[in-house]
Amino acid sequence: MAHSGLSFESDMQELIIQDLHVSIADQEIIRGLSLSVPRGEVHAIMGPNGSGKSTLAKVLAGHPDYIVTAGSVTMDGENILELEPDERARRGLFLAFQYPSEIPGVTIANFLRAAVQSRMPEGEELEATDYYAQLYKKMDLLEMDRSFTSRSVNEGFSGGEKKRNEILQMALLEPKYAVLDETDSGLDIDALKVVSKGVNSLRGPDLGVLLITHYQRLLNYIVPDRVHVMVRGRIEMSGGKDLALQLEEKGYDWVKDDIDEPTLA
Amino acid sequence: MVQENKSLEIERNIGDFAYPETHTHDAGIGLTEKTIHYISDVKQDPDWVREFRLKAYRTFLSKPMPTHWASRDLEAIVFDNIRYYLSGGIQPKRTWEEVPDDVKRTFERLGIPEQERKFLAGVEAQFDSEAVYSNIKKAVGEQGVIFVGSADGLKEHPEIFRKWFGKVIPTGDNKFSALNSAVFSGGSFIYVPPGVKVKHPLQAYFRINAENFGQFERTLIICDEGSELTYMEGCTAPKFNTATLHSAVVELVAMKGAKIQYITVQNWSNNVFNLVTKRGLAHEEAEVKWIDCNIGSRLTMKYPGVVMKGRKARGEVISIALAGDGQHQDTGAKMVHAADETTSNIISKSISIGTGRATYRGLVHVPKHLKNCKNNTECDALLINSHSRTDTYPAITVRGTGNAVQHEASVSQVSAEQIFYMQQRGLSKAQAMSLSVNGFVNDLVRQFPMEYSVELKRLIELEMEGSVG
Repeated sequence: MAHSGLSFESDMQELIIQDLHVSIADQEIIRGLSLSVPRGEVHAIMGPNGSGKSTLAKVLAGHPDYIVTAGSVTMDGENILELEPDERARRGLFLAFQYPSEIPGVTIANFLRAAVQSRMPEGEELEATDYYAQLYKKMDLLEMDRSFTSRSVNEGFSGGEKKRNEILQMALLEPKYAVLDETDSGLDIDALKVVSKGVNSLRGPDLGVLLITHYQRLLNYIVPDRVHVMVRGRIEMSGGKDLALQLEEKGYDWVKDDIDEPTLA
Repeated sequence: MVQENKSLEIERNIGDFAYPETHTHDAGIGLTEKTIHYISDVKQDPDWVREFRLKAYRTFLSKPMPTHWASRDLEAIVFDNIRYYLSGGIQPKRTWEEVPDDVKRTFERLGIPEQERKFLAGVEAQFDSEAVYSNIKKAVGEQGVIFVGSADGLKEHPEIFRKWFGKVIPTGDNKFSALNSAVFSGGSFIYVPPGVKVKHPLQAYFRINAENFGQFERTLIICDEGSELTYMEGCTAPKFNTATLHSAVVELVAMKGAKIQYITVQNWSNNVFNLVTKRGLAHEEAEVKWIDCNIGSRLTMKYPGVVMKGRKARGEVISIALAGDGQHQDTGAKMVHAADETTSNIISKSISIGTGRATYRGLVHVPKHLKNCKNNTECDALLINSHSRTDTYPAITVRGTGNAVQHEASVSQVSAEQIFYMQQRGLSKAQAMSLSVNGFVNDLVRQFPMEYSVELKRLIELEMEGSVG
């Protein structure tokens, strides 16, 4: 299948971040970050508070507050940095928010319906029966009560309910790449198990996952293919799933000490 | 006097519609006693009505503009430039080509039938769907319900009409109720006999014509003991008019145990001053409910009220106001408790977009001698961007003990984070905005009849598309 000088089709199935620099209010938060997540794999990004992990998640999704000063982000070969947040979403990028917004008066069912409709060609109407069939299938998969989707989006939700809602949306929208930002924060152990089970059930050859977390404990439930350590806006160390255990044992200072000397590209 | 013969046939899926021959009368520009006499002559008013008009005219002159509390924008009204009476088909016309594109787009989106579009856009002077109207009239007529224009009402049913006309809203209530009393034409008169529950809502929309959509319509509805009625006024389609002043008076009377629900959707074009007085009188155990939605106009001042005169009477105002760029929606409610065990409820939601301004004015009055009265007031404002403005002026006077009043107000914004969240799920910025605004008013929109609520949602979508650009 390989042709010399041409990229493989499979090469394109990747989220590639190259030498990314990001600022907010003149302060550089991400300082030359490079990372690739192929579809079918789960990559974890770990790092201390303030290392820029959540900024990375928001920048990938196109949050307007952040300014990309250099570098590129491509999704299956397409540069996404020039795209609006909704265009990125419709091309298959999903962000599970650390703090999902409330949308009073809008039910989850109606919100998701609008989201699914937005992915359909102009002039085509989503059939209500098809939509609900899909929705209920995913809810059954995630063992969710049917009444859940008649509640307003995130309004008055517990931490666990908010995160489950994010996973439900991810399940229904079937992204190519999902960035999960601190999905474990604010969850007790039972909720963590439920959410992890949901994510694991969505793993597959068509989905690339970038899992952002501060703690190793989530990785006991969602076992990553690769672990990256982010410090001060850069990936400073990458390895297999065992790296997470090493970090748990030695702490982030171990990485920081290790990089006190300037790293050369 | 101009006489115009006009006869054309158009077809619609429900029956034939004809434009009958019309006589046209024009009172000219400006307001003097002569104008009043002209109107009375043309309408062949009984003497008591002519006197009523003349007295009202003098009251109008004696009252100052309420700019000491209301918007100074009122000073832009030039009473001498206004045409106070026009009947038939000589409204200033424009061609369909002259109708702005955004207006055409709105009609398209709302699915307004072709012929109605022309009327609403001011291309056709008159659209009289008498066929539909007479079916309804016939159906309710069999129950003894009187449903006629106010001019017919005062002539054909003086014994009921005169008893209540101007009693709920006295001529001198405010400058604009006085103006309406002087020059009124058009509007409806409805009487529902004791115990009759009118199943279907009666709609002014079924008989739109130059007078009904007139500037100074006058509506009087009386529901006798134990009867029930829902009345709908206006339509969600924008109404375009070269006239810049609309000043209506609507009086409702609910006798013992009667229930009246009055629904309004106002979408005047953005050059219109909409200054309307609406009030209901609720006798013992009666209920008056105003459901009011204001989308259009340059300045709307409207505070539907209920005077709870009998024991256990109930009053309710549900209102939605959408103030887009350059608009000021000054709305609210008045609840006057005048008997023991009366309850009132006010829920108001406003949305301000761009330079739009929404004002809530509420008055709740419970005098000292009353017992066990209750009021609940909730007013929520949503701001779409930093230029928007919202004000709340609640005036609650509760005297005596054993009365309960509850007031809640909130101001919220559609946050950038909320929009980003929705965009991340694939919705465009405009879709995200309209979904959050629709969510904000959702619980109130559900109180409107089905076809209205669907149209309201679409209108909000359109408004949001415009605001995002």
